[in-house]
Amino acid sequence: VSVQFHNLQELRHNASLSNKVFVQRDYTEGTVCKFQTKFPSELDSRIERTLFEDTVKTLNNYYAEAEKIGGQSYLEGCLACATAYLIFLCMETRYEKVLKKISHYIQEQNEKIYAPRGLLITDPIERGRASLGSSFDPLILIYSA
Amino acid sequence: MSAVMISKKAASRRWEKLPGKNTFCCDGRVMMARQKGVFYLTLFLIVGTCALFFAFECPYLALHLSPAIPVFAILLFLFVMAMLLRTSFSDPGVLPRALPEEATFIEMEIEAANANVPAGQRPPPRIRNVQINSQIVKLKYCYTCKIFRPPRASHCSICDNCVDRFDHHCPWVGNCVGKRNYRYFYLFTLSLSLLTIYIFAFDIVHVVLRSVDSGFVNTLKETPGTVLEVLVCFFTLWSVVGLTGFHTYLISLNQTTNEDIKGSWSGKNRVQNPYSHKNIIKNCCEVLCGPAYPSVLDRRGLMVEELPTSASLDGPTASSSSSKNSIAAAQSTKTTAPLIPNEHTPEDVKPGIAASLEKSHTSEEERMPTPLNTPCKSPTQDRGPSSPKEKVQKL
Repeated sequence: VSVQFHNLQELRHNASLSNKVFVQRDYTEGTVCKFQTKFPSELDSRIERTLFEDTVKTLNNYYAEAEKIGGQSYLEGCLACATAYLIFLCMETRYEKVLKKISHYIQEQNEKIYAPRGLLITDPIERGRASLGSSFDPLILIYSA
Repeated sequence: MSAVMISKKAASRRWEKLPGKNTFCCDGRVMMARQKGVFYLTLFLIVGTCALFFAFECPYLALHLSPAIPVFAILLFLFVMAMLLRTSFSDPGVLPRALPEEATFIEMEIEAANANVPAGQRPPPRIRNVQINSQIVKLKYCYTCKIFRPPRASHCSICDNCVDRFDHHCPWVGNCVGKRNYRYFYLFTLSLSLLTIYIFAFDIVHVVLRSVDSGFVNTLKETPGTVLEVLVCFFTLWSVVGLTGFHTYLISLNQTTNEDIKGSWSGKNRVQNPYSHKNIIKNCCEVLCGPAYPSVLDRRGLMVEELPTSASLDGPTASSSSSKNSIAAAQSTKTTAPLIPNEHTPEDVKPGIAASLEKSHTSEEERMPTPLNTPCKSPTQDRGPSSPKEKVQKL
């Protein structure tokens, strides 16, 4: 599996457009980061629909948790404001913590599920930019031809 | 591939080659607009007025009223400065421009979408419709940045960048106000209002108290700074307090200045603001206490440009980017690949790389691929002292 994973990393560098699937953003709930769970046709033969949907749903839940506005975010905001935002020199924001969780999750999913099937999910934050394709920041899956 | 000595150019950071009209300081850590004159004026007014206040009023007030007065003034002043500098120096949420390959891809999509327009008719403008909260929002295509702007983004002509959740370009802070620095901007105007009111009030108190002892004219002679302060505070009050009030109103509705000016959600055609939670507290919470989004503009990534000095070896252009990307830059080596950097050289690579695409396959294998692990891992950076030979392999 690790060899395959390594090969997929190489593929990541060389992949041309034809090897990429874009999972577009779902804007129905506003500008929060959410991906469409619609199953891309290119993946039909490569992965089971339910596995893919599970992954996307879990990611969506993580992002929703990161951007949730509630008691904790309010407290964090007030505390940060009171210290003129200097507290973030020592402390990590809740958003950053969840981003780390997301990275671990994606890596784990890649190793266990996607790499054995010749696929690779790229972590949106690694891309870190509005990317290829129609909408802002889609999730990208790469597959070996 | 024979490893021949190649000359190495000095490593440069990505901010040096970024398009757009920003100026960068502190090796890419600080990002501002080009015209900074008004920003210096803002600094001068704030620091100057506070200096006068501390010099003239504070000794008297500390003695006759309470030492807490100057202490609180200092804290407030420091907070104002912190918020001002944070607003001015941070990335407002600039969206990076599309790389050549991405621009081509989007062009292809647009052509495909316009394919069914009968000949002779003008193709429709480049707009994408997206449904947000059961309302259709049009995403416009930016001809300068070659991307479809995300919802609420807008192109700032002064800075020549697309900025996410663009509010306005503020010359007083010398920067755009967008998603990433809006709350600091708001806190700056709010705290500046408080500071102005504070200084104004205590100037009056000071003059009154002193006049009781020495008479009005003598007071002004003893503390000439007071007149200046009162003047500055008076004019500042009207503008800054008004601005704070306006932005408080915008925040409670979860609108941007840009949307307000354009009348995007003014209610005609039954168009409502799809981003508002219809609850003032929730809106305020989202804008002020929402997550602090990381910058998507890579400013401090390293770019090492190497010039080939021999015909047998083509010096590859390598680069690695800063913390988020742990993968070294890659060059497409397939002969069938398009002559533009591929999709995964974004954070790293400049368009100038197109020139060096004759890199061999072997040297790519010699490259050190760091695993796609946590983005928090530090990247492979080309360390200076390594020999040129190593450098060839260590892409």
